[in-house]
Amino acid sequence: MTTAPVRTIAPAAPLPLRQRIRLWIESEPVLAYLFMSPGWLILLLFMSYPFFLGIWISLTDRTVGLPTGEFVGLRNYRDLLRDGVFRLTVLNTFIYGFVTVPFKLLLGLLLALLLNQAFRLRNVLRAALLLPWIVPTALSSLAWLMLYDPVLSPFSWLLKDWGVVEGSIAFLGSRVNAIVSLCVANIWRGTPFFAVAILAGLQAVPHELHEAAAIEGANAVQRFFAVTLPVIRGIVVITTLFSIIWTFADFQLVYVLTKGGPANSTHIFGTFAWQEGIGGAGKLGMGAAVSLYMFPILAALSAILLRYVRSQET
Amino acid sequence: MAEVIYDHVTKRFDSVVAVNDLTLEVKDGEFLVLVGPSGCGKTTALRCLAGLEEVTSGDILIGDRVVTHIPPKDRDIAMVFQNYALYPHMTVYDNMAFGLKLRKVPKQEIDRRVKEAAEILGIQDLLNRKPRQLSGGQRQRVALGRAIVREPQVFLMDEPLSNLDAKLRVQTRGELIKLQRRLGVTTIYVTHDQVEAMTMGHRIAVMNQGVLQQLDTPENLYDRPANLFVATFIGSPAMNIFPAKVVSGDGSYRLVAGEVTLEVPPSHRSRLADYVDREVLLGIRPEDLEVVVGSEAQRGDTVRLPVELIEPLGAETLVHLRGPAGTLIAQGEPRIHLNPGDVVTVRVRTEHLHTFDPQTEMAIF
Ligand SMILES: Nc1ncnc2c1ncn2[C@@H]1O[C@H](COP(=O)(O)OP(=O)(O)OP(=O)(O)O)[C@@H](O)[C@H]1O
Ligand SMILES: [Mg+2]
Repeated sequence: MTTAPVRTIAPAAPLPLRQRIRLWIESEPVLAYLFMSPGWLILLLFMSYPFFLGIWISLTDRTVGLPTGEFVGLRNYRDLLRDGVFRLTVLNTFIYGFVTVPFKLLLGLLLALLLNQAFRLRNVLRAALLLPWIVPTALSSLAWLMLYDPVLSPFSWLLKDWGVVEGSIAFLGSRVNAIVSLCVANIWRGTPFFAVAILAGLQAVPHELHEAAAIEGANAVQRFFAVTLPVIRGIVVITTLFSIIWTFADFQLVYVLTKGGPANSTHIFGTFAWQEGIGGAGKLGMGAAVSLYMFPILAALSAILLRYVRSQET
Repeated sequence: MAEVIYDHVTKRFDSVVAVNDLTLEVKDGEFLVLVGPSGCGKTTALRCLAGLEEVTSGDILIGDRVVTHIPPKDRDIAMVFQNYALYPHMTVYDNMAFGLKLRKVPKQEIDRRVKEAAEILGIQDLLNRKPRQLSGGQRQRVALGRAIVREPQVFLMDEPLSNLDAKLRVQTRGELIKLQRRLGVTTIYVTHDQVEAMTMGHRIAVMNQGVLQQLDTPENLYDRPANLFVATFIGSPAMNIFPAKVVSGDGSYRLVAGEVTLEVPPSHRSRLADYVDREVLLGIRPEDLEVVVGSEAQRGDTVRLPVELIEPLGAETLVHLRGPAGTLIAQGEPRIHLNPGDVVTVRVRTEHLHTFDPQTEMAIF
C-alpha cells in the first residue's frame, strides 16, 4: 500500500478587514438578503404599514376628520355580523367571485383554443382580445354603465326591436338584475386574462404530440384531454386562483355601475368598506373591519396558490 | 403489412416545391431509406404518407388502398418522430397503450402487446416511469415500442436516431435493422446520414430539391450512381470529380486532364463514342486511387502526383494530392509514411471510373 504524500498547509494568515467584509457580503446568504432588501423595504413601507394600521383602526371607532378614535376592541366586527347589509355583502362577494370565474375560465379557454388555430387576421384578433384587459376598468365600466342605461341601453333597444321584450330592461334596477349585469361585465373584463394566459400555455404544447396522437387515432376532443390539458393544467389552476382573488377584491366595476345599490343590495367587500369607512358614514373603524373580514379568505386562497406553485416547481 | 406507392406526388408550400412529382414503390416488408441533404423534402414526403400534410397533387397508396384523402388515424401507420413526441405526463406503459386504448383493444390484449414490445426492446423495467425520467436512448426505445404495439401496416421514421450520441446511434442502428427484419413490417426511414442509409436500407431513395434522384440498392447506388449528385452524395470521403477530355486514337480511348492520362477500359468505350474530343466530368472514388509507395514504372493506369496533406484515420490514411483541377483524395495504407511535397505514384482502378455528362450531369458510365 502506498500513501499519498502528506501536504502540510500553512495556517492562513488573517485577512485584512476590508477583504473580510467583502467576503462576508459576498457569501450567498448575506448577498441574497442584500438583494432582497429593496423589495422588503417597499413591501414594509407600502403594504405592511397600511395593513397593520388598518388592523389598528378597525379596533377603534375612529371617523373621518378626527385624528384618533377610542379603542373599542372587536366591537366593529361584532356589529358587522349583526348587520344585514354586511351579510348580503358577503353573499354577493361569493356569488361575484365564484359564479364569474367558471365562465371566464371556459370562455377564455375557448377563445385561446380558437386563437391558437391558424387563420388570417389571427394576430390582429390576438391583439384586440387584450383590449378589455388593457383599458382602465374605470373607463370600461363607464361604457358598461351606458350599455346598462335604463332608457338608452342598446341591449334594450335591440331586444325590443327583435320583439323579445316589451319595454326597456332595468339592468341595474333590482338586486338580481344588477348582480347578473355586474357578473356579465366582470366576465367580459376578466376573460382576456384567461385567454392570454392559456394561449401562452397552448403555444408550449409541442406540435408533434398532437400529430402523434392524431396518427394513433385520437380525435380533437381526445387530443385536448390527452395532450393539451395536461400541459396547460398548471396555468389554468394558477390563473383561476388569481382570478378568484382579484374578483373578490374588486372595487371599480361595482362602484361605477351600482355603487352597491339598489338599496345597498349589491355591495361587495370593497364597495361596502368604502361606503362604511369613507363614502357615506365616514366610520373609518367600521370600514377597516369590513376590509379585514376579507383577509382570511384571501389569505387562504393565496396559501393554496403558493402551495400549488411550489408543488409544480419540484 | 403492405406495399406503399407514391404516384406522381407533389407537395407545394406557397412558392416552395417541397416534393416534386415523386413516384416510388416500396415493396411489402421492405426497409426503404429516404436520404438527401437538408431541406430536400424527405420529411415532407414522409408526412404526406402519414397524412399530416395534404398532397398538392398525385396519389398515395398503402396496400391496395388509395389513402390520399384519408385522415392519419385511418391509414394504419405508426410514426416515430425525431424528438420522439412521447406524452410527457403519461408513463411509458400508458404511452405505449394510448393508441390501443383509443382503438378499443381489450385490456388483456393491450397488456400482452405492451409487455411483449417492452421485452423486445428491453424496457420492461421502465414501464412505470415518465418520459422525463428516461435517457435519450430509452426514450427512443419507448417511441419505437409505441409504434410496434400498434402492429401497423407501415412504420414511418423521421431521423429517429439523430438525437443519440454517436456510439448509441451505431448500436441502435443495428438493433433497429434486426427488429425490422424480425417483424417484417414495411418501413420508410428518413435520414440525412448516408452511412445510416447505406447500412440500413434494402433500397435507398436519394432525393435532392424535392426530386427523386435514384432508387436502388446500396451496392448499385454506390457502384452505379445515376448522376453526379448521387455520386458525390453517397460515399465518404466524397468521390473526386474533375473535368477530362475524351481522346481517341489507335482504337483506344483515353481521358486526359492536364498531366493525367487514363486509359478507358474496353467495356466502357462504346459509351464515350459521342463524347470524343469533348469534355466530360470524371469521377474516381478515393479507394480507387491507390497510393503506391516506392518508384514503379509508369503504366496506363498510373499517374504521378504531389502530396498536399496526410490525414491518418487509423484504419486508413487519406492522402490529399494536387490533381489536375484541385485536390484529389486517395486512400492509402494505414501508417503510410509520406510528407507534403513528396511526389507519389498513384494507381487508378480504371474499371471503377465514372463519367458524367457536364451538361445534364447524368452518368455516362
Ligand atoms: N410547413 C411548411 N411551410 C412552408 N415550407 C415548408 C414547410 N415544411 C417544409 N417546408 C419547406 O419544404 C422544403 C422541404 O422541407 P423538409 O422538412 O421536407 O426537408 P427535409 O428533407 O426533411 O430536411 P431536414 O433534413 O433538414 O429535416 C424546405 O425547403 C422547407 O423549407
Ligand atoms: Mg426533416
